[in-house]
Amino acid sequence: MAEFRMPSLGADMETGKLAQWLVKPGDRVARGDIVAVVETQKGAIDVEIFEGGVVQQILVPEGSEVPVGTPLALVDGAVPSASAPPVAAAPSLPGTPAPSAAASPAAVPAPAAPVPAAPRVRASPAARRLAAELAVDLATVRGTRLDGAVTLDDVRAAAAAKAPAPAPAPVPAAEDRAAAMRAAIAAAMSRSKREIPHYYLGTEIDLKRALDWLEAGNRKRPITERLLPAVLLLKAVALAVREVPETNGFWVDGAFRPSTPVHLGVAISLPHGGLVAPAIHDADGLSLDALMAALRDVVERARVGRLRSSEVTDPTITVTNLGEQGVGTVYGVIYPPQVALVGFGAVVERPWAVGGLLGVRPIVSATLSADHRASVGHRGARFLAAIDRLLQEPEKL
Amino acid sequence: MTVQQASPPFTIERDHALALLHQMLRIRRFEEKCVELYSATKIRGFVHLYIGEEAVAAGVMPALAADDAIVATYREHGQALARGLPMRAVMAEMYGRVEGCSRGRGGSMHLFDAAARFYGGNAIVGGGLPLAVGVALADRMRGLNRVTACFFGDGAAAEGVFHESLNLASLWQLPVLFLCENNLYAMGTALERAHARTDLAARAASYGLPSEAIDGMDVLAVEAATARAAAEVRAGGGPRFLEFRTYRFRAHSLYDPELYRDRDEVERWKARDPIALFAGALREQGLLDDEAMARLEDDVAAEIADAVAFAEAGALEPVEDLTRFVYSEERRP
Amino acid sequence: MTATLPATVKLTYREAMRAAIREALQRDERVFLMGEDVGRYGGCFAVSQGLLAEFGPERVRDTPLSEDTFVGAGIGAALAGMRPIVEIMTVNFSLLALDQIMNNAATLLHMSGGQFNVPLVIRMTTGAGRQLAAQHSHSLEGWFAHIPGLKILVPATLEDARGMLWPALQDPDPVLIFENGRLYTLEGELPAEPPPVDIAHAAVRRPGDDLTLITYGGTLGTALAAADRLAAEGIDAEVIDLRVLRPLDDATVLASVARTHRAVIVDEGWRSGGLSAEVSARIMEGAFYDLDAPVARVCSAEVPMPYPYHLEQAALPQPDTVAAAARALIGAAHG
Repeated sequence: MAEFRMPSLGADMETGKLAQWLVKPGDRVARGDIVAVVETQKGAIDVEIFEGGVVQQILVPEGSEVPVGTPLALVDGAVPSASAPPVAAAPSLPGTPAPSAAASPAAVPAPAAPVPAAPRVRASPAARRLAAELAVDLATVRGTRLDGAVTLDDVRAAAAAKAPAPAPAPVPAAEDRAAAMRAAIAAAMSRSKREIPHYYLGTEIDLKRALDWLEAGNRKRPITERLLPAVLLLKAVALAVREVPETNGFWVDGAFRPSTPVHLGVAISLPHGGLVAPAIHDADGLSLDALMAALRDVVERARVGRLRSSEVTDPTITVTNLGEQGVGTVYGVIYPPQVALVGFGAVVERPWAVGGLLGVRPIVSATLSADHRASVGHRGARFLAAIDRLLQEPEKL
Repeated sequence: MTVQQASPPFTIERDHALALLHQMLRIRRFEEKCVELYSATKIRGFVHLYIGEEAVAAGVMPALAADDAIVATYREHGQALARGLPMRAVMAEMYGRVEGCSRGRGGSMHLFDAAARFYGGNAIVGGGLPLAVGVALADRMRGLNRVTACFFGDGAAAEGVFHESLNLASLWQLPVLFLCENNLYAMGTALERAHARTDLAARAASYGLPSEAIDGMDVLAVEAATARAAAEVRAGGGPRFLEFRTYRFRAHSLYDPELYRDRDEVERWKARDPIALFAGALREQGLLDDEAMARLEDDVAAEIADAVAFAEAGALEPVEDLTRFVYSEERRP
Repeated sequence: MTATLPATVKLTYREAMRAAIREALQRDERVFLMGEDVGRYGGCFAVSQGLLAEFGPERVRDTPLSEDTFVGAGIGAALAGMRPIVEIMTVNFSLLALDQIMNNAATLLHMSGGQFNVPLVIRMTTGAGRQLAAQHSHSLEGWFAHIPGLKILVPATLEDARGMLWPALQDPDPVLIFENGRLYTLEGELPAEPPPVDIAHAAVRRPGDDLTLITYGGTLGTALAAADRLAAEGIDAEVIDLRVLRPLDDATVLASVARTHRAVIVDEGWRSGGLSAEVSARIMEGAFYDLDAPVARVCSAEVPMPYPYHLEQAALPQPDTVAAAARALIGAAHG
């Protein structure tokens, strides 16, 4: 029925080497499953499939290097076509907040890349709506109607099961979970850009006082107990949320449902390029040490695919920090049904006027992507200002 | 049945005679103007001209009382004007303007006026007959001594509802004056090609209605017959049937190739043009001269010019009001 | 403090309708009843029995067999100040009067730019189930509901049989009342002084959460019986009686479907181009994202109504077919 083709994983990618197959003929795959590892000039990348079904035939053996667009496998009895047009564009890792050095949001590529057309999932209109609200990927839900369609109850059951498991495939359990997670993220990000009226605000924050304070404190600590600058940023965000509660909570059923607890989602990139944003629960109430410990824990577990499902679905607001990659400014995509995402870029030394004098200071770019249905720009601005203010008094964090 | 004719010499007051002539002229010139306006695309839709039949409406209306009811046909410009609907409102209706007698929603075929008890031009042949029976029934049940005059053509006599209505009105002895404008053609179908028996008055009589056929080109004959019949109806004598034998000089609706009738036949009838016929008689009687005729024409021309200006200046119904008048906007007692 | 129960009377649908006509004749001298055999015969279905003796031949008028003319006369009388109730024996015969209903009753107000309204009530029998074959048994009310300018009422209960006529007579515009012939023998209790009913809204006859059965007229009982069967299986069906086919009360239907996410329309009319198609389309337009299953319809088989009992019953919506359609909608989720 459909061909799984060598994807374009970057604008400049012309060929890819099929490093590893993660499925074999007879395996059932769901849209979003990781089915192969492809080596590119930039490294090995997990490749997902956009078509659900049963793998009929592997066309390209491991180790082969083929042009973008080459059929790699047949799914559901598809027959190869004579000429295989290349896949249009690079799926730029759905869910990854797109980094950009430019200051214009318009420069941010949409997270949902064009994908080969998948057969439409049979689902009732109401089931579709609920699935979107609960960020459940319909392709992973088994329909129980007599005609095989997915119903409201099916979506509820899938959501209740939390990990939206695709049909069993003979791959390692951890990989399976990771694939399911990726599928969910892909669906969520697509939906986010489709449905959430984002607005973006940015500011630059002088971190001199915060970093000086941190450095002074760290000097007194053993290496294993030292705090990272990221912890200060996270805590500042968690406390700022209390001041502007419109940034914290969910948009559900056409209305904003604020959350009292602050479960801070922390965006963590995974070894194969995936992304998760597990929650640090009640982050606003944690000491910096506790927050540091929670951060280490969650990052560690995320990297080995051992997150608890509640951590994945719980965040009330997400923070993404792409400073390590040298990014100047982040324009993030909100993770629905959340209503806000805070992005931090790299901390850079910049000429900065202080008290009428020019000095060199460590500056970080802080951006807010917010759902305009839940908050207005004025409140968003207040939120960023609060982060700035909190970071000027690090001892109080 | 014999055709009744007012045979000159006759006695008539000059003012009344000139009023009848004036009415016929109004109708004739109004419709001639309509042809011109249609050609200029000011008026659209079907426009069924009454030219040639003016003596019927002009003769019937003076014989009716102000609170009598009229049910008209789709060839009803003459019926409306003679009944007293303002020419401005009729012309504005032709233009489809809000100031029209039906707010522009009816057009040429659906002229209405509640104040004149003018229950509208009905464009379903025969569709007005049952309405007239019902209006007359209501008037009688309410104890009102009123006549309902119902116009229809020879074509209606072929419809079942014609026979049902005559039967019911006669059965219940309702105050209906059935007025058949027999112009010999149901659109393009000649009377003798559609009816096994062409004497319509005789057929009406078979339902027990006193019936007579009148020369419909003679306005005085029309008026006299109508006055007589209306008085009988008003006196409780039950319905009456009058067949006015007339002729339309122009096409069924504005223009058609007239394949269905001889040009000679049209010319023969035009020789009996009701306006020329009546004007000639009045001249013979010394009741009309060139000067008086010119004055009438001037009056009519001025009224038409005024009506056209009124219609031109009229407003179009706002499109937001499109669905008004589907249901009543306020409850009526 | 003591509460006194309102006095009730036991009566049939036929008697409820007669009581309504009688009350109207008593309350408003402009009201009169007109139709074939409404007087001496007492009405083809005995609805008007006794009214001629009580009100006399002026106000209870037997007409010749000329539907087009006596309906048109009703329109004319309404135009000229009366409040006629015109009875047509069956909906099949109303086709003889379709010209007057469509071309005059429904259009005069509009054509006259609002000058002439038609405060007329036309009653007629509709529906099958009495082995009257293909010229006395059809359900064409959906056709009439197509026509702007008309209001279409379908009393399915004793309350509505008793209560709809008076507000219909107060309406300034033409109202058609369709009485399903099977209902005339329906029997029950009504308050001696029945409360007024509205003629604008649908009614929820049985509340439920799992799906909505939408119906009217003769198949209300069918739908309720189906709902009972479904309840025994653990499926909780809501039953909506449309009551008014024009203008349709979308709000009640859509609100129910938004809760239950599933709808079955039960219509004694034919499926193709029928009222059920209209209701289905409105659900699609107004509640698409609430639907958890395609809208289903149970309608009469698309045949002229046959005479033999078994074929006639097979042609009509039955509790079993309605319940089966409901089960199919619920699907495997409810086993």
